[in-house]
Amino acid sequence: MAEAIVRKDYASDQEVRWCPGCGDYSILKAVHRALADAGADPHNTVFVSGIGCSSRLPYYVNTYGFHTIHGRAPTIATGVKLANPALDVWVITGDGDGLSIGGNHLLHALRRNIDLNILLFNNEIYGLTKGQYSPTSREGTRSPTSPGGSLDQPVVPGLFAVGAGATFIARAVDIDQKGLPGILNAGRDHKGTAFIEILQNCIVYNEDVWQSVSSKKTAADHQVLCVHGEPLLFGKERTQGLRLNLATLKLEAVTLGENGIDISDILVHDETSTTLAHLLLSMHSPLPTPMGIIHRRPTASFEQAFREKKTGQRRQRVKQLLRRGDLLDRR
Amino acid sequence: MTSQTSGSPTSQIVRFAGDSGDGIQLQGAQFTHASALSGHDLATFPDFPAEIRAPAGTRFGVSAFQIQFGSNRVTTPGDAPDVLVAFNPAALVVNLPRLPKGALIIADASAFTEQRLRRADLDANPMEDGSLADYRVCAIDIAQLTLEAVKPFGLGTKDSQRCKNFWALGLVLWMFDQPREPTVAWIRARFRANQALLDANLAALNAGHAYGETAELGRELTQRHVPEAPLKAIEYRTITGAEALALGIVAAGELADTEVMFCSYPITPASSLLHHLVGLEDAGVTTYQAEDEIAAVCSAIGASYAGKFGITSSSGPGIALKTEALGLAVATELPLLVVNSQRAGPSTGMPTKTEQSDLYQAVYGRNADSPIPVIAARSPGDCFEVAIEASRIALRHMTPVILLTDGYIANASELWPLPDIDAFAPIPTNRPGPADTPESRPVYARDPATEARLWLAPGDSAYLYRVGGIEKDFYTGDISYEAANHQRMTDMRARKLARVADFIPDQTVELGDEMGLAVVAWGSTYGAVYQAVRLAREEGIAVAHIHLRHINPLPSNLGELLGRYDTVLVPELNTGQLATVLRDRLLINCVQINQVSGQPFAVSTLLNHLRAHATVRLQEVRHG
Repeated sequence: MAEAIVRKDYASDQEVRWCPGCGDYSILKAVHRALADAGADPHNTVFVSGIGCSSRLPYYVNTYGFHTIHGRAPTIATGVKLANPALDVWVITGDGDGLSIGGNHLLHALRRNIDLNILLFNNEIYGLTKGQYSPTSREGTRSPTSPGGSLDQPVVPGLFAVGAGATFIARAVDIDQKGLPGILNAGRDHKGTAFIEILQNCIVYNEDVWQSVSSKKTAADHQVLCVHGEPLLFGKERTQGLRLNLATLKLEAVTLGENGIDISDILVHDETSTTLAHLLLSMHSPLPTPMGIIHRRPTASFEQAFREKKTGQRRQRVKQLLRRGDLLDRR
Repeated sequence: MTSQTSGSPTSQIVRFAGDSGDGIQLQGAQFTHASALSGHDLATFPDFPAEIRAPAGTRFGVSAFQIQFGSNRVTTPGDAPDVLVAFNPAALVVNLPRLPKGALIIADASAFTEQRLRRADLDANPMEDGSLADYRVCAIDIAQLTLEAVKPFGLGTKDSQRCKNFWALGLVLWMFDQPREPTVAWIRARFRANQALLDANLAALNAGHAYGETAELGRELTQRHVPEAPLKAIEYRTITGAEALALGIVAAGELADTEVMFCSYPITPASSLLHHLVGLEDAGVTTYQAEDEIAAVCSAIGASYAGKFGITSSSGPGIALKTEALGLAVATELPLLVVNSQRAGPSTGMPTKTEQSDLYQAVYGRNADSPIPVIAARSPGDCFEVAIEASRIALRHMTPVILLTDGYIANASELWPLPDIDAFAPIPTNRPGPADTPESRPVYARDPATEARLWLAPGDSAYLYRVGGIEKDFYTGDISYEAANHQRMTDMRARKLARVADFIPDQTVELGDEMGLAVVAWGSTYGAVYQAVRLAREEGIAVAHIHLRHINPLPSNLGELLGRYDTVLVPELNTGQLATVLRDRLLINCVQINQVSGQPFAVSTLLNHLRAHATVRLQEVRHG
């Protein structure tokens, strides 16, 4: 690809088979955009996925791709990356694939910190099996397997990632074509495991579950965009902000100009702080949903220590190993 | 089989037994090295509990190590020990049923206290109540003599007592006229950071040896010199199955000019393979300890997708967990080696005890029509060649391969002629050549001889491709739900397995002629079956030994070969799994001999079966 690479060059020749109006279409577009922006070499890029609607994505990206089995994408991606650390490896998973059947692998991928870019499409429902509640479904979710409302307490993906020791945690909305490609590439550039939760709309089984944060009308009041070094402000006029309540050790929303609050009271985002990441991700309604790069701390990724030692004398070495130990020589 | 007289017996069977913390396995391993360096053929059997340090003095906590060494061909650790070294009452009573009359018992007399007799559930002291009248007993205060020998080095009581395995080893080495040097070298290396322990263990070893030389032990303890075996090869070493398998994997990678990635999760008795492969990056092997069995097989599949040869290893319960991923490897047609070190089951079963009961799992145990070649190792040393052969199939045919070994083979050792890696043919792979392009050689243009597709890895700048567990189009590899295509793909997968048989050698007869009784066996029963057939033939029974390495597919000539015999006997450490496969694939009648006790076959057990069948046949001939 000597000529300038454009977004469409990253689209494969396969027919996309998601439901019309699915949030996955916009995520796919953002992935194509991100790859074009990064000038990614398709021959050195691999998309690995598990099972579910989201996991069909690798078929639609014109790079190398591996559609694997339910929940195991992080493990296969780990094998790919360790076998060839030069590859740019992406993992595509969903809330069921990544946090239910594959929760264990996600935990270990994050703590190991292998250089993978993990995209978790969270639509709070099982789509491909026709609408059962998922591990991120809110309590009381009515579904074919929970007609009276689900009883489970949902997992917060970002908090799970904090607990697993993730070194990069971000959150974005599926339809955010301006912001999402940049976040995807920030994850791609991060050395170590990047965990990106994408709030994705399932138009058939869980429509508008993210409406308050995704709709243009309400987003400003319901989300706070985390930018390193900048105050955590939100609202249409950016007059509201987050402050740490020292008595409760929780974040609270305050309004600039009210009760003597000024900008110096507002927390400044420090993406390197796991404590702040924990506080932000622990917020729930009516507090805003944290978006953007919530946590990023520079580290050495696992595979940098997992280097092979090549001597060029392999056959000699094998012969030496065969002779290891006490030898009985009959000469 | 063994001579009970002192002097120059042709072979000897020695069993060491004590608490699982007594260093019994170490003692056995050291004796094995000495025996090999004395020029003996040998076979060993470590027999230990799953508990790491089981409560001292209990019957269930007894750990044992048995070795048979001799001047003739030795293929089993032997049925009945000539010598038992027992470190406590439990070790004595648990092993007594194995001993033939007249066997020598060397017991640590200081361990037969009232308290320790109680720990072994004994009301009376067997050393005093006449229950050992049929044996020759040599009671020595081993613990006490060890304490005296190591006194100058100022160790605590506990450390001092722990030297007693070397004291006893010294005595047994003297008894069989075997060298102390390898053990001395081992002690020097092992304790180089602790001079006191080093000196004490050496002193214990030498004191035990000197005790044999000088003590007035009378007729009970005399020196027995076993002559050297007439060995054909030039260089030998002792090797366990796990070690030989590790070396086979290393060699296979080199023969295929392919980097190996070994991904595993610890499980008994398979973990030792991972231990042996760690740190061999300079020999082309990287190892990865995954978070679970599924992650282990999947990371190996990921490695194979990325162009390394992925290998995973486990035991039955872990293989069960990997099963779904094996289907993915079948569907995506990636090379993968899966090693199963079988153990007694079901479920957790008896992790340190051996069994051959995962054959169904290997041959039949997956959802859908997902054929996988299966190959089995027959002895510790055989693991080397089998690992190379299994890798060859995986890489040549682009398929997962299951290699069956077991806990017995993994831990047991034998004398092994050093192989010459240069004598092995290179292993061909299906990588694209530098001139290949998607047009000249599409990913799914199959090799007609093997059905193998191209082994393409990310990073290849001429190609791009995507693959997955969804059924793919036979020609393009794109997703396909088309009926005729699924039929074509299913047929291709069946054909791919069948094609393997075109590359494997014809089945040969190990011992005996092509008439009468055929004993068809597989895996670790090799040694016992071989000896039983040899002895039966000496008794005039027309019996042959046929031992299978390839189980799926079976060698092409097997049906015809077995058709030449009147009766096919199939001895297995399961309830009849190979017998089922033979009936299934060859439509032949087999007579089963089954044992599922967690213990290997005794030669005598098999010999009795052969005699019984020979008698039945004679009667049939008379009445017929």
